Amino acid sequence: MAQPVVTHLNLCGTRVKVMRAGQGAPLLFLRGTDASDDWRPFLDDLAGRFDVIVPEHPGFGGEARPDWLDRIADYANYYLDVIDALGLDHVHLAGHGMGGWIAAELASRSTKRLASLTLADAQGIYVDGVETIDTFLRTEEESVRDLFQDEKIAAAELERRLTPETEDVRLNNQVVIAQTTWQPRGYDPHLRKWLHRIDIPTLIIWGENDKLLPQAYAQEWDKLIPGAQVEIIADCGHAPQIEKPADFVRLIEAFAKAQRVAA
Amino acid sequence: MKIFNFHLMPYAHADLDAIKRLGTSWMTYPNSYYDPRKGADLYHEYLDQLEFADELGFDGVAVNEHHQTAYGMMPTPGVLAGALARRIKNGKLAILGRALPLVNNPLVIAEEFAILDNLTRGNFIAGFVRGIGVEYHTMGMNPAESQARFAEAHDLIIQAWTRPGPFAFEGKYYKFKYVNPWPRPYQDPHPPIFTPSSGSLSTIRWSAQRRYTYCQTLAPIAAVAQTFKLYREEAEKAGYQATPDQLAWSNAIYVAESDEKALRDVRPHLEAYANEFLTRNPTMMAPPGYTSVESIKRMRAIKGFMGQRSTAEDMIARGIVIVGSPNTVREKLAAYQDMAGFGISLTKTQFGTMPHKMVQENQIAIAREVLPYFKDRLPQPVKAAAE
Repeated sequence: MAQPVVTHLNLCGTRVKVMRAGQGAPLLFLRGTDASDDWRPFLDDLAGRFDVIVPEHPGFGGEARPDWLDRIADYANYYLDVIDALGLDHVHLAGHGMGGWIAAELASRSTKRLASLTLADAQGIYVDGVETIDTFLRTEEESVRDLFQDEKIAAAELERRLTPETEDVRLNNQVVIAQTTWQPRGYDPHLRKWLHRIDIPTLIIWGENDKLLPQAYAQEWDKLIPGAQVEIIADCGHAPQIEKPADFVRLIEAFAKAQRVAA
Repeated sequence: MKIFNFHLMPYAHADLDAIKRLGTSWMTYPNSYYDPRKGADLYHEYLDQLEFADELGFDGVAVNEHHQTAYGMMPTPGVLAGALARRIKNGKLAILGRALPLVNNPLVIAEEFAILDNLTRGNFIAGFVRGIGVEYHTMGMNPAESQARFAEAHDLIIQAWTRPGPFAFEGKYYKFKYVNPWPRPYQDPHPPIFTPSSGSLSTIRWSAQRRYTYCQTLAPIAAVAQTFKLYREEAEKAGYQATPDQLAWSNAIYVAESDEKALRDVRPHLEAYANEFLTRNPTMMAPPGYTSVESIKRMRAIKGFMGQRSTAEDMIARGIVIVGSPNTVREKLAAYQDMAGFGISLTKTQFGTMPHKMVQENQIAIAREVLPYFKDRLPQPVKAAAE
């Protein structure tokens, strides 16, 4: 496994840990509520093909919650600043869950520096009549189980994630997650009004059996973002990058390659 | 000591088996279990009880606010306080309290309380609370903003009551071009403010600094004493000596001829209150940001705490409630007052499923056997053993 280079970015009065590895076109990967997690195997695979940049979000990882952080849109503006600060251009932007929401908000503001957008099981919009799980009513253990279809993977992730050493960070992260996603639960009604502005190739990756945000959400993103392409990963829950890392990486790689060919 | 009759107005006809099955009487306990005919009768019985308390010589009556639960049927306590305002002739009328962060416009609370203060010609007590954790689910408010919204809403209300209007208010959460509420409060500068809390240090400090009366919600007397000690220390740090009337203990009292009979009578109602009406679901009760990370860790460390069922004996032994013969109740209340140093008792005479007639008998017994003995009673120094 490649060891990512860990640096800290000081921007907008906040300190953020950034992991970076690999070579090639830049890929900014925004994780979801698991943003304090380690460098996972799928990131290694991506690093074989891209220059992968993975920040922990402001307020996560035991860092102070920034004064400017009230909602997901604030993260979107912050990451526009990050792209500028790191001097990234033609960057592939990908986000999972809450990170997908940030990515969509960001792209609806400006796609100037972006090569493509990938949303995986992303929060951020609301689909009427589709049952979702209220994660804020789940215990930590239930929340981890909810993510996966495969119970064996869920058991392994439970053991890996819910350790006493990370309890403080997890509980503090939860406060930031509530701050940004509690009301309305997991979406911003204003976001869908501007998704038509996204004028770059967009890939929607979804776990076939996502219990948190069922597939109907993938179809809705597809409707809202012009020219988006949807890929459903079979036998997979809410976190395809963990549950089906090979499929996940293959889809991102193929999508980027297709864009290069088209260009 | 001032003894108030405090009411939660529970839906006493709740289906206890259904609550056991669902694990809560809050939020997800379907309101199809509410029968409006029975509920209407309960409202009238409960209001009768509070009016009766006033006739019997209690120093005041108090209601509070909870949402989407059989635990208490007063989502808008101002309506109930309004119904009482022209009937309470002797004592105070208190709302303990309204949950400031749960409304988008706290000026409605400034207005509501000011009306009540006028209606009662200055006999109103204004309670400010944050609401409990589950209410951030039911009211769709962000628990991570709870503390900051509470502080700002408080500032807005106090300014609305004390600054000549109209003026503009520009806060982080509340922004008003015009603040000029009619009516103004009857009391000058405004009604006394009570701040009920479950005992967080930040609330205790905040309350002591402003000389507000701090009310400790349901807790064992030893914990209550500890909390009140903290309040007195915070008052000293703020440069003054706290008086007993700044400390109120919220309890439940039941008096019968003998200890045995009192326990027998009270058991089903008290245990229903503690085990079925109160919720112990931690994800509902402690949403992120509502309580500090330290408190959540403390709750987690006390393994099984949330899941444990209480018995009447246990609640009596720990001094959460006082149950017994007149003599027992007097002795315990005096001992607890001396131990914790409070000057106000917020006493529930009805709890859980307790029926009307039993409540009235309890109120009469308290009025006859307890109130006269505590009229001007102040906390007495206790022997060093308590320290």
